Amino acid sequence: MSGITLVSNRGFTLEGQTGQDAPLNIRGMTVSYGQMPAVYSIDLKVKSGSIFGILGPNGAGKSTLLKAAMGILPVVSGQISFFGKPLKEARHQVAYVPQRTSVDWDFPATVYDVVIMGLYPSLGLLRRISKSDKAKVAESLSKVGMQDFSDRQIGQLSGGQQQRVFLARSLVQQADVFLLDEPFAGVDAATESAIMLVLQNLQAEQKTIVVVHHDLSTVTTYFDHLFLINRQSIAYGPVGEVFTKENLTKAYGGKLGSTQLGTIGL
Amino acid sequence: MLWSALSLSLGYNATLVTLGSSLLGAAAGMAGTFLYLSNKALISDAISHATLPGLGLAFLMARGFGWDERQLAILLTGSAASAALGLYFVTLLTQKTRLTQDTAIGCVLSVFFAFGVVLLTIIQTVPGGRKAGLESFLLGSTAGMLYSDALLILILSLFTTLLLLVFLRPIKLITFDASYGETLGFSSRRVEILVLFVALAVTVLGMKIVGLILIVALLIIPAVSARFWSEKVDVIFLISAGFGMISGYIGSTISAISPSLPTGPIIVLCSFGVFLTSFIFAPQRGILAVALNHHRFQKTVHLTQGLLLVAQGQSIYEPKTHRLLRRLGYVRADGVATEVGNSMAAKTLLNERRWSHWNKLVRDSDQFDDQTVFSLMDIEKKLTQDQINMIDQGLVQKQQGQV
Repeated sequence: MSGITLVSNRGFTLEGQTGQDAPLNIRGMTVSYGQMPAVYSIDLKVKSGSIFGILGPNGAGKSTLLKAAMGILPVVSGQISFFGKPLKEARHQVAYVPQRTSVDWDFPATVYDVVIMGLYPSLGLLRRISKSDKAKVAESLSKVGMQDFSDRQIGQLSGGQQQRVFLARSLVQQADVFLLDEPFAGVDAATESAIMLVLQNLQAEQKTIVVVHHDLSTVTTYFDHLFLINRQSIAYGPVGEVFTKENLTKAYGGKLGSTQLGTIGL
Repeated sequence: MLWSALSLSLGYNATLVTLGSSLLGAAAGMAGTFLYLSNKALISDAISHATLPGLGLAFLMARGFGWDERQLAILLTGSAASAALGLYFVTLLTQKTRLTQDTAIGCVLSVFFAFGVVLLTIIQTVPGGRKAGLESFLLGSTAGMLYSDALLILILSLFTTLLLLVFLRPIKLITFDASYGETLGFSSRRVEILVLFVALAVTVLGMKIVGLILIVALLIIPAVSARFWSEKVDVIFLISAGFGMISGYIGSTISAISPSLPTGPIIVLCSFGVFLTSFIFAPQRGILAVALNHHRFQKTVHLTQGLLLVAQGQSIYEPKTHRLLRRLGYVRADGVATEVGNSMAAKTLLNERRWSHWNKLVRDSDQFDDQTVFSLMDIEKKLTQDQINMIDQGLVQKQQGQV
């Protein structure tokens, strides 16, 4: 963890980490749907204790990157490690928050039912749910401000509430690194700031947070490190160095007008 | 006769058949719950139709080897094998080509069934083949069912039920959110195979009783009916098992009394009765409850809006609102509010002001509720007295501020 500077094989300057024990380390990862690479030859080392943003235009492969890292999608090539170990050995240290639109919210379950799923690995098949398990669920729910919603049918939740439930489900896992896929998409402002507060509290507990994000206007306030992607790596490092007009134009191309750049202060 | 059948005292064999179909119904109801919740209901149709060639081949093979070709275990093993092959083809077509699952099911189902029918026709021409009674597997028949057959169905149904109960957690998890389940280390593929295996087992076991054409109903209808009664998957799972069990029980009882009635269709009609009852009478989700709730809601909206107009001294133009207020004695025929009407209007206005102040407080704080509460509910029933006192203070301050 000393301040040695590394140069990755793609030529980006990496700082801060020497070891293989980064919370998430991706090397040469390519994922494809059919013959078309969705992400190509990605190198990425997430700095421990950071709130790390993954930013790029629609279809840039942000979510694909996260899913492949979590083993949900198969990779064509590349190596992925969490804290220097393959996912299989580090599963208990990693929590994933999928996009809330990826599930059917009409599924017959209450908020409690969904959150306790985060404890299934430790519960195993048949172990009874104990008082302390229930306490963990209640604690997670109160962290996201949903303590009064435990018995609520999930079909009755608003978008913001759904997102909070998913976040609470990942919190009960008591992981060390959190990977969130578009947690701010389609949620209300109160939920966005509540989620951000939870993430900042996690950071204060030395946890690492990786967030797939699309809203340019909040990048500099939310993240300390940034990865710009458009199928390939565009730029990577501390947010101040990466979040520049030049890099954004590279990632977004013509889709980003000068007025948009103006509104985000660049 | 009916009573002795229902109370399981119609002889040892009949009792065993009834128990067997009840338990089969329960197992089908449970397996079906997850097929239904993961939108895979139709896969059971592919399974059942794909059993037919296996059934015919098993019969012919057993004959060839000189075994007893009417042995249920042999026939069911053959059926299971060809159903598994059919499932494999469906999965293969879905994964390796751009075909959607329903298309793949359509292809596999019809080809397997056609092959099976050809085999059955050939068997009819074989000496002694006509007596084999293979056609009873199409629509099910408990008449002439052996003690050993019933026992086999009973034990295997029990086994599949237990299998589902043991793996209930991973099954729930993967059915709701497969990707997340994967990240927790549960294999969605294995869970899928498990559910399909149970569906296959139920289908094959049900061939003798319900018949392969109708077994899909026993997998799906109890689950769909159970969905009307609960919002919790565990409860739906149990209700569905119960519905399947009742259908199996009543259906096989009826067919025990009058053996000329086909068992399978009777069981399916019983489960349809359960569905119809659920569809109409279930609280919350049943159509009666939905209509009633809508009516009640509409009434509340009209009442609230009407009383607010009264409170603001405006006239009511909407005829429906006017009629409602008149019927309740809140306004007179000429549209002037009565004494009761005025006091109700004042109450409604206060309720409205309190809610709008509360909503503003919620919006301003980081405290959350992004579902705006409209003033249709009585605030005194929704919030605590402390909260209401706080709101009232706020309202007083606001008024003083304006003055």
